[in-house]
Amino acid sequence: MTNPLQNYLLLSAIIFAIGFCGVILRRNAIVVLMGVELMLNACNLNFVAFWKYGSHPESAHGLVFVLFTIAIAAAESAVGLAMVIMVYRHFKTTRLDALKNLRG
Amino acid sequence: MTSPVFYILACVTLVSAICAMTLRSLIHCALCLAVSFLGFAALFLQMDAMFIAFAQVLVYIGAVAVLIVFAILLTRNAETSTEKRTQSLGAGLLVGAVLAGILILTIVQSPLPVSATKRAEPSVAQLGTALLTGYVVPLEFVGLLLTIALLGAVLLALPEKSTAIPVEAAE
Amino acid sequence: MNLGAEYLWLIPVLPLLASLISLLIPSRAAASFSAIGAMLLSLLLSLVAFAETVSHPGHHVFNFSWLTFGASRLSFGFLLDPLTGCMLVMVTFVGLLIFIYSTGYMAADPNYAKFFCFMSLFAAGMLGVIVANSLLLLFIAWEIVGLASYLLIGFWFFKPSAALAARKAFITTRIGDVAFFIGVIWLQSCAGTLLFYDNGRGCLEPAATSKMLADLTFVGLPVISAIALLIFCGAAGKSGQVPFHVWLPDAMEGPTPVSALIHAATMVAAGVFLVARVYPLMEATPAGSAPQSIPLIVITWVGAITALFAALIAVAQNDIKRILAYSTVSQLGYMMMGLGVGGIFVGIFHLITHAFFKALLFLGAGSVIHGAHEEQDITRLGGLKKTMPVTFFAYAVGMMALSGVPLLFSGFWSKDEILHSALNWPVSKLPFILGLLGAFLTAFYMTRQVVYVFYGVERSKAHENKSVFTVPLMILAGCSILLGFIGTPFWPWFAHYLEPTTSNTEFASGFSWEWIALACLSAVVVLGSILIAWNFYLPSAREEIIRDPLQRKAPGLFTALAHRLYIDELYEGSIIEWTRQAARVIARCEETLFDAIGRITALITLGFGWASRLFDRFVIDFGFDQTCRGLVKGAEAGTWTQSGTIQVYLRNIAVTLAILIVLLAWGCKGT
Repeated sequence: MTNPLQNYLLLSAIIFAIGFCGVILRRNAIVVLMGVELMLNACNLNFVAFWKYGSHPESAHGLVFVLFTIAIAAAESAVGLAMVIMVYRHFKTTRLDALKNLRG
Repeated sequence: MTSPVFYILACVTLVSAICAMTLRSLIHCALCLAVSFLGFAALFLQMDAMFIAFAQVLVYIGAVAVLIVFAILLTRNAETSTEKRTQSLGAGLLVGAVLAGILILTIVQSPLPVSATKRAEPSVAQLGTALLTGYVVPLEFVGLLLTIALLGAVLLALPEKSTAIPVEAAE
Repeated sequence: MNLGAEYLWLIPVLPLLASLISLLIPSRAAASFSAIGAMLLSLLLSLVAFAETVSHPGHHVFNFSWLTFGASRLSFGFLLDPLTGCMLVMVTFVGLLIFIYSTGYMAADPNYAKFFCFMSLFAAGMLGVIVANSLLLLFIAWEIVGLASYLLIGFWFFKPSAALAARKAFITTRIGDVAFFIGVIWLQSCAGTLLFYDNGRGCLEPAATSKMLADLTFVGLPVISAIALLIFCGAAGKSGQVPFHVWLPDAMEGPTPVSALIHAATMVAAGVFLVARVYPLMEATPAGSAPQSIPLIVITWVGAITALFAALIAVAQNDIKRILAYSTVSQLGYMMMGLGVGGIFVGIFHLITHAFFKALLFLGAGSVIHGAHEEQDITRLGGLKKTMPVTFFAYAVGMMALSGVPLLFSGFWSKDEILHSALNWPVSKLPFILGLLGAFLTAFYMTRQVVYVFYGVERSKAHENKSVFTVPLMILAGCSILLGFIGTPFWPWFAHYLEPTTSNTEFASGFSWEWIALACLSAVVVLGSILIAWNFYLPSAREEIIRDPLQRKAPGLFTALAHRLYIDELYEGSIIEWTRQAARVIARCEETLFDAIGRITALITLGFGWASRLFDRFVIDFGFDQTCRGLVKGAEAGTWTQSGTIQVYLRNIAVTLAILIVLLAWGCKGT
């Protein structure tokens, strides 16, 4: 059988790619943030997989990392969504390609 | 030795992720996202990371997904039926495929360690001890970050008139 | 006391110092006393020099070098010889008398001191001309004399006629001086020196003259004769020969003492003196050719024509001084003629006698003018014999001397010498005829003048003048009588003195039957002329208003003569008019030239400005604008990557990241 670690890693890579495609392809800002969450989750999966099947059996580093990532991702999504709401209030739209004021 | 559970969970997570990214209706996207979060939590459980799975469910599904739903509900009026993509589908999918390809190639070609021993998740007490001894500084920073994020989100979301600073006070 | 030639310089320098004193000290007394004192001292020194030349005849020179440049040098010098001696005495003596007379005549003039300053300057120049041994030094003094003459003629410069007369005098003599200077330069180049006598090396000495005689210029004229003719041009200008005579009558605008000194006795005689001084140049003829040299022939003809010409004009003039001026021109013609036909003695003898009686006549005319309250027209004078007896007596003596009344008066002896030489001239007898006619006319117009001024009805209120006027008159009258006796053929002392080689001093050596016959002829001519004029003019003098009988009988002739035979008008219409036209043309050309230059410069500058503007607009601005547009387009092209959309940026980041990973992962693998 294939390496279970490799399976997990492959899965996380694919989900990361899917999240990335959503980020760059979807028009709505909220969906973009959702893609960002997917990517972060894929990274978490990566970390846990390596914790489980990695070289150091006794350390809790991977798990702690994941904890922090979850916390930070939560904070980030809160702020990001607050900003989306604020942009929605000002520009009356959530379309990302409408926010082009910095275009050269 | 991967059990078939893994494949099922992997499929669920994958499919729901794809749905989250491709569905037209935003609520459906959000719900699919929540399902994918659940899948992730199940995967964590399978890897004996119970606390992490618990934290995943609590934070992501309980807070983030709800937050997303709230945001969608609050920005409902701007949705138009016609939805064009930001850029061409081909270019984006190509870039994603390239990225995926590279990652997969890397993963496949790198010598990955295989650990035979099954490991037990450290207990919550051990996690707590690790957090408060080895990782106390990051812990504090994260606490600070969360506070700032809280304040920031509140400030950002406040109605605009009340955030205006009175001109007389500034003079 | 032995006065060598090295002290001769004192004689001109003393009046020069007097001139400086009157320039620096502005008092009237200082001016006149210094002038008279200097002249007195110069007279004493001249008498000493004269005595020297009597006791030691010959040329005494004192030369010194003035400038040395490389191998050549410029020398000046002083010459003491018989010619110098007699001229010095004459000039200083007459000058002294005229200075004394001027203190009375110019007493009322506000510019008294300036007058004496200029007169002293003139005296210095004239004495410098006489003592100079170098032709260049002579020329320098000649120019000083010309300047002083200009200053003195235009003394009353606020009178426009006086200013014009001064200018006319200067320019007319200048024309002669240009030719003179060319002659001087030519002489320097041929003879190598301008010293007259220099122990055999001088330009008048045989070594130099024979060399110049051998060289020929164009038309076969020897160089020496060409130089002599050029020098004669200068002399003719200063001495008022035809055609340069036009300035002399107008020079009467100056005060009468000026006319007496300068334009009767001395300056106009400078030309005659110059010809006498460079006589070796004038008389040199190639051996075996014509008996007379070409310059002397020219001089004789010019003199003869001048003598008759001026005498004719004098018959119809009404201004007392104009008559005397034309008389001077006529007598100068006689002097030149004398130099041409007879040699140095003949011309210089007449010059000396003429100086005295012409100065006498001018001073007498001045006395008349002053006594008649500035009246100069003879038709408004008259009967002054009774009111101004001393003046009348002196004037009569002068008139008889000028006319050549026989035996007693100097003019007779000197004029007869000239006529005698003219009779014996081998080239032609015509100058003799002209001279005889001139003598007739001289007596004629002088009698006319005396009759109108001193006889007849008294038309002006006149009175006799002070002794300061009359004493010089009497002295000059005495000289006019006495000086004749030094040159009579019974006792040719003067001839021997001047030309020791050609005559001797024996009693009656110049005496011959021919001479006696000529003397009788000239006596008849002169006395007859006086008689005719007396009877012709006395009746009209007795009337209240004078109407000239000649004018009544031959009005056309009289008008022509009264208008001086229209010579002035001829010059005015031709030469002066041409000069004016040329000046106008040149002024116009210059104006247009400068105008054109100005315009062209302006156009060029405008062109440059216009070209710059075009360049600026089409090259610089255009280039700049195009560059800017290019930059903007490029920037716009460059902003293609800046889509403004976050997702595009993310895509690009991912692509870059992929590339980096590829490079890192598989690039490292290769190494």
